Amino acid sequence: MSVLLDIQGLSKSYPGVKANDDISFQIQEGEIHALLGENGAGKSTLVKMIYGLVRPDSGAMILNGEKFAPPKPFFARQKGVSMVFQHFSLFEALTVAENITLGMDVAPSRKELSAQIRKVSNEYGLPLDPDRLIGDLSVGERQRVEIIRCLLQNPRLLIMDEPTSVLTPQEVETLFGTLRKLSANGVAILYISHKLDEIKALCDHATVLRMGKVVDTCIPANETARSMAEMMIGGELEMPKPREFNPGEAVLEIKNLSLDSTDPFGTNLKNVSLSLRKGEIMGIGGVAGNGQDELLASLSGERLVDKEMIVLKGAAIGRLGPNERRKLGLLTGPEERLGHAAAPAMSLADNALLTGSIRMGLANKGFLKHRKIDEFAKHIVKEFDVRTPSIKVMAKALSGGNLQKFVIGREVLQSPEVLVVNQPTWGVDAAAAAAIRRAIQELAESGAAVLVVSQDLDELMEMSDTFAVLAEGAMSKPQIAEGLTIDEIGLMMGGQLEGAQHAEA
Amino acid sequence: MLRLEPRQKASNMMLYFTPLIAVALTMVVGGALFAMLGINPFDAIWIIFFDPFLDSFNLSQLFIKAAPLILIAIGLSLGFRAGVWNIGAEGQFIMGALVGGATGLALWGMEGWWILPFMAIMGAVGGFAWAMIPAILKIRFNANEILVSLMLVYVAQNLLSAMVIGPLRDPDGFNFPESRSFSRNDATELPMIFEPLGLHVGGVVALIALAGAFILLQRHSLGFNIKLTGDSPRAARFAGVNPSIIIAVCLGISGALAGLAGLFELTGPAGKLTTNFPVGYGFTAIIVAFLGRLHPVGILLAGVVLAGTFIGGENAQFMLQLPSAAVRVFQGMLLFFLLAVEILISYRIRFSKGAS
Repeated sequence: MSVLLDIQGLSKSYPGVKANDDISFQIQEGEIHALLGENGAGKSTLVKMIYGLVRPDSGAMILNGEKFAPPKPFFARQKGVSMVFQHFSLFEALTVAENITLGMDVAPSRKELSAQIRKVSNEYGLPLDPDRLIGDLSVGERQRVEIIRCLLQNPRLLIMDEPTSVLTPQEVETLFGTLRKLSANGVAILYISHKLDEIKALCDHATVLRMGKVVDTCIPANETARSMAEMMIGGELEMPKPREFNPGEAVLEIKNLSLDSTDPFGTNLKNVSLSLRKGEIMGIGGVAGNGQDELLASLSGERLVDKEMIVLKGAAIGRLGPNERRKLGLLTGPEERLGHAAAPAMSLADNALLTGSIRMGLANKGFLKHRKIDEFAKHIVKEFDVRTPSIKVMAKALSGGNLQKFVIGREVLQSPEVLVVNQPTWGVDAAAAAAIRRAIQELAESGAAVLVVSQDLDELMEMSDTFAVLAEGAMSKPQIAEGLTIDEIGLMMGGQLEGAQHAEA
Repeated sequence: MLRLEPRQKASNMMLYFTPLIAVALTMVVGGALFAMLGINPFDAIWIIFFDPFLDSFNLSQLFIKAAPLILIAIGLSLGFRAGVWNIGAEGQFIMGALVGGATGLALWGMEGWWILPFMAIMGAVGGFAWAMIPAILKIRFNANEILVSLMLVYVAQNLLSAMVIGPLRDPDGFNFPESRSFSRNDATELPMIFEPLGLHVGGVVALIALAGAFILLQRHSLGFNIKLTGDSPRAARFAGVNPSIIIAVCLGISGALAGLAGLFELTGPAGKLTTNFPVGYGFTAIIVAFLGRLHPVGILLAGVVLAGTFIGGENAQFMLQLPSAAVRVFQGMLLFFLLAVEILISYRIRFSKGAS
């Protein structure tokens, strides 16, 4: 093996922050190289420099023995460097094939491209229909589009930012298979992830960043997840303690909830029933696009259902809107941080008001109490360690993890009686994820009932008292989580998934 | 080589600066246009942009022109913030004048302080009702409000013509296609409040509307919901905002204010309903709303500037024999440059030595 990319002393400063400080390391040909670090450690800035989105202030890169300083991603792609972003850049109104065309520097004909997409996607076990609209795809499927877009360009170095956060264990294995195949063909992969187990299973080398500097390197196979986490956060990682499970009476009951999806490719909910008790955390696993969005919309009040389908503390609330449900103590945290849970161009203070108005008494006869709103926003920022210069900053200016802490904190601090969250730690670093999980567990310990919808099974196993799987819009019977193994659940989900695919075909 | 580079965050300075840049660019390119027409560009720019604010006769016209622009633009700005695009304020303006005027004619001969306020209310109702047509069609059938409201302008214009030729024609008017004169009748004449600036009652109402919009947007949850809907409709739904209500409120308020402006125009400067009653305030107000950054204070300033160009344009017409379309070209240019330089808020211009 020879050196593919040699990074020599890269530095980049933004006003007030040194994002990257003298970063040096090497990526070998065909190597899977992990880039580890908390949110804000400088990983994004570094890969943006490699991909030509940001220009370094100083330092140099050598690609294949040649000086490499891409002024634009186009030049990086020309040299065989491609990237899969954590946040997708896809046009919802266009099809898969159209989106991929847009990203290409030289696009083949549509027919040829569709054939290529089908071929590559099947070859790598990431099935994708080129003619579907992006708007109708689940988050997991959208990511496939991004991955395939890169693979079509035959990269030498593939940068992947948090690629597995929305995949099932089986899908992760398939992806790892894909990546190993690429690696065997000599393609190097720069792999950014917070999931230490994955890095341990997949990566040959790891470079650990903290506060913009390289603080350590290691061979993941020789480390434990815990030792790597410690390198990353520079201290002991606090793991939530196991707790006793003594549920109280039922507070939220869902009875034969059926709901047609508004999305023609969405999944209709079919007779979902569950009973959630005080102090209980119920985890709902399953692959994205199996009715999770519909379940969340029916619980938040964005979609109305038959009155008796949802019962909160004995009151039938199926036809109540979001704010009436909040008043009764049912709060929700949707999956999409920007554009659903939070308004991107509005300040954190405004975003605190967004759901906090009713329970926190932030308005009087419609007139806003700005001082109280600011206090509530500052309270969230403080309690949940949201790193932001002020509460006047726009939501979209925050990093994903910080914004997630804010939107989860916003709901938790309103002392809900029932909290429903979807993907609460998607794309969030280990420390932030642990803080969010701990907050949710503390909430449950204080007597609230919590429903956690997630595709991260480790997370669900760590947090849940009871567990169920949502597949093809139907839910399995919730059972005690203790004693279930990841393998068992994965198999269960995989089995259901297979069944679903047969049904489709 | 010039290059656009994304800013780390939106520039606040540019937010306030871009309208000035747009005005400056309009002056430069407009000046070039005048030069090509064989008119001294410096004279023309001076007459159009500066004279209106320096000459006492011109100043006495200022708020007469600015009042309807501000009143309409305030209503439009609420909708534009929510992503509800009422382009048909001109039609609502006409309907306000027509309904309010018809009310006045029905009460003709009566005396009393209440007549003018009652006409004003009916004017607002006329504009409101006209705006409810696109609102209901959008809520019920998801019809595009831009097209519906715009097309209704032409319906309103023809309705006005039919009315002044028919039922609303002045019985003592020798069959001219116009109504009785509201401004020559004590009960229906719009009082002037401050003559030197041309501030009539309508101007005062416009200032009150400005204050109301300011409070609504800064202090009230309805204003918050309007802004939220504009920024992220999905987050707004999550926050419990009913999009139908926002559509109805935004179109309703802008329609009512445009109708009110129409009635004030009728009972004040215009005096009577004629077939050529509208003077483009409803369309120019769109420029005012954007030039003022959809902010009440900005709209006040933009309204005054655009009113100035109306006055200056008229003066330039007879002083320099400028074609009457030139002012419209000017106003269009202003909106064009404004939208173009808006990119500077989130991008910066970099001079680089070309891509390597």
